[in-house]
Amino acid sequence: MDTYEPHIYELSAPGKHGANLPRLDVPETPLPAALLRQDDMNDFPSLTEPEVIRHYTRISQRNYAIDTGFYPLGSCTMKYNPKIHEEAARLPGFAAAHPLHDASLAQGALQLMYELQEYLGEISGFDAVSLQPAAGAQGEFAGILTFRAYHLDRNDPQRTEVLVPDAAHGTNPATAAMAGFKVVEVKSDARGNVDLEDLKSKLSPHTVGMMLTNPNTLGLFEEHIVEVARLVHEAGGLLYGDGANFNAILGIARPGELGFDFMHYNLHKTFTTPHGGGGPGSGAVGCTAALAPFLPGPRVRRAENGAYELFTPEKSIGRLKAFHGNFGMLVRAWTYIRSLGAAGLREVSETAVLNANYVRVMLKDLYPQAVDRICMHETVLKGQVPGAQGVRTLDIAKRLIDYGFHPPTVYFPLIVPEALMIEPTETESKRTLDSFIQAMRQIAREAVETPDMLHEAPTKAPVRRLDEVRAARQPVLRYDAEAFARIREEGAR
Amino acid sequence: MSTIPADLRYSKSDEWVRVEGDEVVIGITDYAQEQLGDIVYLELPQVGATFAPGESFGVIESVKASSDLYAPVGGEVTAVNSALEHDQQPINSDPYGAGWLVRMRPSGEEEELMDAAAYAAYLEGRSH
Repeated sequence: MDTYEPHIYELSAPGKHGANLPRLDVPETPLPAALLRQDDMNDFPSLTEPEVIRHYTRISQRNYAIDTGFYPLGSCTMKYNPKIHEEAARLPGFAAAHPLHDASLAQGALQLMYELQEYLGEISGFDAVSLQPAAGAQGEFAGILTFRAYHLDRNDPQRTEVLVPDAAHGTNPATAAMAGFKVVEVKSDARGNVDLEDLKSKLSPHTVGMMLTNPNTLGLFEEHIVEVARLVHEAGGLLYGDGANFNAILGIARPGELGFDFMHYNLHKTFTTPHGGGGPGSGAVGCTAALAPFLPGPRVRRAENGAYELFTPEKSIGRLKAFHGNFGMLVRAWTYIRSLGAAGLREVSETAVLNANYVRVMLKDLYPQAVDRICMHETVLKGQVPGAQGVRTLDIAKRLIDYGFHPPTVYFPLIVPEALMIEPTETESKRTLDSFIQAMRQIAREAVETPDMLHEAPTKAPVRRLDEVRAARQPVLRYDAEAFARIREEGAR
Repeated sequence: MSTIPADLRYSKSDEWVRVEGDEVVIGITDYAQEQLGDIVYLELPQVGATFAPGESFGVIESVKASSDLYAPVGGEVTAVNSALEHDQQPINSDPYGAGWLVRMRPSGEEEELMDAAAYAAYLEGRSH
């Protein structure tokens, strides 16, 4: 199984066909010349149907997925996606609904959207929710455009700076820049919190707001959150909550009560809609009553006669997505919330935090913690094994592949050297966690005793260590027979 | 241990500055290139662009991370090292020589810069 699968072009041979068309029994009519391809089609792959099926089936069987193994990718919440969601999303009333159906014919679908808005608002402590955004980054974009619209609506156009902590997800500064704002970085303190003195020095009448993840990307609860919110608000700014790490606080803390004005929910992380290739995502957003008039629309409301209807908020920043967001994901998230209920959601977070701390405590003697604190749903360790010479986090991550595990997130957050960011999630058993811990401890021993085993890893995967530097410097972006042959030849040496 | 030439001055964000006549040459330090690892992409400003001290004048990207480059001194860009556009390797192999990034005509405004001894102590403090 663990062999290289040739590229489909390499499997091609002239004259083979996947389909035979019936004999032509009508007069031939040439296509207009403008529609004909002018390039050489001779090198297009030619294969039989079983060859194509086997090629793609073999590749698909090499996918590493949450359905095949442990996937502790920090900041991504790769939890198990219950299969009941798929049944719900395939109910014909949902799956066959057309987005242009008259509202009177889509009451069930609209009710589901309305209830999901209500549930997400309740869980997060916000007054209004829009299900429009397609994923987290688009939710951020919706948030910062909403902040902009809010300040302009108050005749306060001088606000042009968005504060972002140095530990933030890269999407935060990217979002602020996309919205045309200047990004101002705020430092973290020794306990992994926002440095309050640095924050104070950077707040000004130019502050649009601050983007903050809580728990932050170090997997730590922001201990000064109430003070941070007070300072930002005092400067006239708004506080954006990046919901990437919401899995740690369901039913325990509500961002709206912590002082956030706006947040996005990653339904594809926290609320178990498929994630990572199985998407699409959903980045629903929630906010305070003051910001509700600016939310992207359409949203769903209940008319006086009890019917559900779509409406666009009066000062809406507009649409971010065709129709009603990624509706199939909304069905899955609704199903998840209703399956677990309030007590179940709280237990999700409690177990996620417990699992992360179990891994942290079992590994911290060999992999130093970035900050010596109890963590939330994920833990950030360093690939600096005591006594190991010349071994980096990258080597450890590659070696984990040989042990059959998906590696954790590495080299993020950027403020932690040799970071290993591990998020086990609540859906893993103690048995799975123990086998991961055992592999990590074994790798630490190898790092000291046989470091070359790590430098050469992975040795049991279909391909060996990839040359990331060369891939970045000399990318081959489309099939090129000569480049393939050259790379193959060099690889064989 | 990374190399820290005695005749240069250094910023806290790991850029070096060398005075050449009425211009300065700017690059990243040996320590910075070690931390970044192999550089795979570089975005430099246009000649003629002006920067305040501490302002981002470009982006440097390695297989590990993408980082802003910060101007240690304010001024106008008079030349960029265009040889690096297709091959960034000199930044790793010769950060104080062939790996230089930009030349500037300084405005006189500067970040707080360190001499070689102070920068060595600064790096020492950071490694703990």
